[in-house]
Amino acid sequence: MTWLSYTKALNRALADSMAADPAVCVLGEDVGAGLAGPTLGLQKRFGPDRVLDMPLSEQAFTSFAVGAALSGMRPVVEFQIPSLLFLVFEQIVNQAHKFRLMTGGQVRVPVTFVVPGSGSRAGWAGQHSDHPYGLFVHAGVKTVVPAAPADAYGLLRAAVEDDDPVVLFAPAAAMGLREDVTGPPPPVPLGSARLRRPGTDVTVVAVGHLVAEALAVADDLAGEVSVEVLDPRTLHPFDWDALRGSLRRTRRLVVYDDANRGCGFAAELLAAAAEEGLLQAPPRRVTRPDGAVLPFAPELDRALQPQPDQLREAVRAAVR
Amino acid sequence: MTAAPPAPPPDLGTPAGRYRMMRLIREFDTLALEWERAGEIPGGIHPYLGQEAVAVGVCAALAPGDQLTSTHRGHGHVLAKGADPARLLAELAGREAGLNRGRGGSMHAADVSLGILGANGMVGAGAAVAVGAAWAARRFGRDTVVACFFGDGALNQGVLLEALNLASVRRAPVVFVCENNGYATTLPAAAAVGGSALGRAAAFAVPAVAVDGMDADAVHRAAAEAVARARSGGGPGFLECRTYRFEGHHTMERRLRLTYRSEQEVALWRTRDPLDRLRPRIPEADRIDAEVAGRLRAAAAWALAAPRPDPAGAGDFLYAVGPPARPGVSP
Ligand SMILES: Cc1ncc(C[n+]2csc(CCOP(=O)(O)OP(=O)(O)O)c2C)c(N)n1
Repeated sequence: MTWLSYTKALNRALADSMAADPAVCVLGEDVGAGLAGPTLGLQKRFGPDRVLDMPLSEQAFTSFAVGAALSGMRPVVEFQIPSLLFLVFEQIVNQAHKFRLMTGGQVRVPVTFVVPGSGSRAGWAGQHSDHPYGLFVHAGVKTVVPAAPADAYGLLRAAVEDDDPVVLFAPAAAMGLREDVTGPPPPVPLGSARLRRPGTDVTVVAVGHLVAEALAVADDLAGEVSVEVLDPRTLHPFDWDALRGSLRRTRRLVVYDDANRGCGFAAELLAAAAEEGLLQAPPRRVTRPDGAVLPFAPELDRALQPQPDQLREAVRAAVR
Repeated sequence: MTAAPPAPPPDLGTPAGRYRMMRLIREFDTLALEWERAGEIPGGIHPYLGQEAVAVGVCAALAPGDQLTSTHRGHGHVLAKGADPARLLAELAGREAGLNRGRGGSMHAADVSLGILGANGMVGAGAAVAVGAAWAARRFGRDTVVACFFGDGALNQGVLLEALNLASVRRAPVVFVCENNGYATTLPAAAAVGGSALGRAAAFAVPAVAVDGMDADAVHRAAAEAVARARSGGGPGFLECRTYRFEGHHTMERRLRLTYRSEQEVALWRTRDPLDRLRPRIPEADRIDAEVAGRLRAAAAWALAAPRPDPAGAGDFLYAVGPPARPGVSP
């Protein structure tokens, strides 16, 4: 039995992926020094030709990874800040993601984009606090948000082994989590949700670091409401079967999603559940506000993020 | 469906071979213009007419294992690297037998087995892909080179400048080929490019030369030098090929009747036609012209007879692995 931290899990997943397959390489800004955590020590072990420190040129190194993938590599690109994804949306969505279809299936683009420290890092203000996973789901790029250390390990390994581009978001608020594990955690297939807590009254789908909060709220409400907590782990492809199965039992849905409300991921789950007629009460979503930009001051930052109290209220409202 | 008519590998090693390929590109895009007017090509094309010497001169310097990234104006590059004109025509017409199974069309035509890493609809976007592909190939011990084509308009795209820098610091075996045809759509390069193409390359310590892009032999010589240097570990190179497109930017332009270039200017450049320039030195030019015409006739007949794709497959090829998309239209 050992403690595995979320950051260490990502680090170990990268190291094990590189050890298992010489085509795996890592690139990004300050990855040699391991500034963000996940790449710590990798350059010393695997050399600067497999752990490449890149100039500050995100657009170039994102497509560089795509070109390298076309030539047989399996690059993992690390971005220091989630907002950099806005800078490379072109390269990920328009290039990496579309190449296969546009060539009629001639190519595979096995690149993994890792975003450690996604979402609010209190005090980092407007340009460092976004959590833009919904944009990639919308575009159809495989999108993964691990909530727990063992899943972070298993999902990153699966992402690296996947033959398509995958974006993995590691929420800043999850990176300090630790989990008890025995031996190396197993790979987690993309598209498989994890039932974190069974319940009978209401299904709470929580994303990323909010899974831990949802579990705490479910504990709090235990005498009052039986809450089922579903961790999708992969947002695209999404495990619709798992959600359907859960809703057939509970017929009530609350989504807890640390992203903007309008056209957000939570809205998609509500729509699908409604379309399929699986609900007997209005569904709820607890999210950031429409079009939110996180302000600097900690109390303002917190005020725009979904909170456990709001989740508690939403759960109560759903079962009323 | 019968297989495409066999495509002989291009021989660009001799002036006659280069002439044959330039003639093929010229007649191919002339035919494509006819097809566009006849409604056979959805979306239209960006004709390469006038610029044939650049694709042919550069590709003549490449080995079969070398690669290239291409642009929205890519038919010339794709053909010169050896793609089957019949399958390229089928692609333009949106047929399942096309190079990309009708999923790419004119702007994305690619035959990856020939090292064509895709024509690209985003201006400048291929440059960084080329650098990554070149770097990885060298890591795998291959001594291949990647040629990266782009226009003068791309000189102002950030990703291209970032890619130049990355190629320089990583000494990636890439040859950047700027096809300076004087215009980005309607905007003259003189009004758009601060400094110069060569200055862009010099800023990143990438050796650069300007060549007459209407002269296939001149392009070939310069490209051969840059390719040889890149292949032997000397890092990237940059060619500015000064050329001209005889037709409009896109087939849509005819309908718009734009007048951003004078008739005199177009006429002047037409006197420098790269085919006319080479033709007097090719004794068998008449025979080659007839041969190319025959080949294209067969290719066109084959492409037009090819079946259209089944709409049921519209979601195919999105992922290498994974579930099909959920239906987007509710009953
Ligand atoms: C990044 C980007 N901006 C704008 C466009 C629209 N567009 C397509 S081609 C073109 C002009 C490109 O000019 P140039 O690079 O000189 O190539 P040329 O068309 O002359 O071959 C423009 C503006 C685009 N496709 N991509």
